[in-house]
Amino acid sequence: MSFWRKAACAVLLLVVLVPLAANWLAPAGYAKQYREAAGAPPSHEHWLGTDDIGRDRFARVLYGTRISLLLAPAAALLSTLMAALVGGLAGYLGGTWARSAMAITDLFLSLPWLFLLITVRAMMPLNVSPLVSVMTTFLILGMLGWTSSARVLCATAGSLRNSDFVRQARAAGISGARLFWIQVLPNLKPVLYAQFWISIPAFILSEANLGILGLGVAEPLPSWGSLLKELEGLVSVGDEPWKFVPLILLVMVVTAFQMVLPRGDEVAA
Amino acid sequence: MLARRMARHGLTLIAIALLGGFLCATLVRLAPGFDSDEAQLDSHLSSASIQALRQSRIEQRNIFRFYLDSVGRAVHGDLGTSVSLQQPVSKLLGERVPLTLRLVAMGLVMSWVAVTLLSLSAAWLRTFAYDALATLMTGLLLCIPASVLALLSVLWNVPGALAIGLIIFPRDYRYVRNLLAKAYSLPHIVTARAKGLSELRILFWHVIPVAGPQLLALAGVSVSLAVGAAIPVEALCGLAGIGQLAWQAALGRDLPLLMNITVLVTLVTLLANSGADVIAHMWRGQQA
Repeated sequence: MSFWRKAACAVLLLVVLVPLAANWLAPAGYAKQYREAAGAPPSHEHWLGTDDIGRDRFARVLYGTRISLLLAPAAALLSTLMAALVGGLAGYLGGTWARSAMAITDLFLSLPWLFLLITVRAMMPLNVSPLVSVMTTFLILGMLGWTSSARVLCATAGSLRNSDFVRQARAAGISGARLFWIQVLPNLKPVLYAQFWISIPAFILSEANLGILGLGVAEPLPSWGSLLKELEGLVSVGDEPWKFVPLILLVMVVTAFQMVLPRGDEVAA
Repeated sequence: MLARRMARHGLTLIAIALLGGFLCATLVRLAPGFDSDEAQLDSHLSSASIQALRQSRIEQRNIFRFYLDSVGRAVHGDLGTSVSLQQPVSKLLGERVPLTLRLVAMGLVMSWVAVTLLSLSAAWLRTFAYDALATLMTGLLLCIPASVLALLSVLWNVPGALAIGLIIFPRDYRYVRNLLAKAYSLPHIVTARAKGLSELRILFWHVIPVAGPQLLALAGVSVSLAVGAAIPVEALCGLAGIGQLAWQAALGRDLPLLMNITVLVTLVTLLANSGADVIAHMWRGQQA
């Protein structure tokens, strides 16, 4: 493992572990308001200052990181499983199944990702609890984000279908679901693993985009998207630089994910 | 023969675009909360108005009927009326399409000029530091959400087209750089370099014929990226284009508007990809 990869792993570990201790590290809950100190700059009491309604920004960054970093992998897992089911099965079955599945996939891919996302996200009920809004946001990401992975998996499963060991297994009398489960799926694992890792930073960025557009996690729950929405009110970059902390954190984490991602030769191996 | 093939291709495109519209309408209709509307909570509205609003939602419940009616009307040039903006959809689209097209085109030009210059210089210079710097810069841009780039463009008072360009640039750069690196490592190009042929001659005579079709395909894909990037840029920069309209339609749960925008966006994306494919196909045919 290269030095940079180790460093990326360390950053990821740190960013995942520190927010887990948010209950002890944060001076207060993410929703507690200090009305006498609304919009305050960083101080001993509030390390990153407070937002417009007096909530401690450091606490919100910690809790927001926890939400974004726990749910993006969950959404990635869902999308990878869906991709395995649709793409893997279509590739394994081949013929009309593969063509139909890929036609649906192409249809999804012909729409810009963000457009599809805002359309479906905006249709969710208006009066839901913040917790439900978090679940909804990441569920949508998982349910809509499987298409490009499905394409890759369909192609891989298609090549496996015609491989010698699958033919031998078929000749030995193994067929149907058992063949897929025992022979094909284990060989799709490296691709599934790679697709899972690729999806996490993509979903983190998508949640951030949704949050800034006002379609992400509902208040008062924080997420990186809702924290970045604060940048909308900035007059100049140098004015309140501490407001950029969530952005720096997000860039750091996405960069670390990109560096940890398995390379092509590793996936092939 | 070619005309028949083109006609068949065109029909397929229209069918896919219509299917895209239907898919969007179905997704929207099946999504929980479709029946709820912020306007229904408005205390200024009379009970009759709220009842009328509910009635209009009920009419849209049967998605197949709604979609068939819409297609039937669209054939006669009537794209329906926007629920949230209370204006004909055709008028709204007509007003906003030119701005988005201009924005997307300018963004694409900026991005491709930067991509071409950077990747060509990386291929010519072949120095580790330069390549690493370019990779670092594009990697950093890839890690910034499109909406943040749009916000920063407002903050620094730079044109929205530049924000679109910056959103597409890192995605395109990585592909173009890899394509050029692969082309420059081909044995006949290495030989041409060793024989002392000028870089421009190598580029136009040997590299572009190899990488050209794939670059064209990438150009087609980047149109889709640019259209997607137009949503946050227009919404956050206050530019009245299709991206902003899509955002407003999504927030207003405006089914007729959303469906028409979906068909339009799907058509633009498919046309760009198909156009790139056709040109690449003709290019390959000429080379053969």
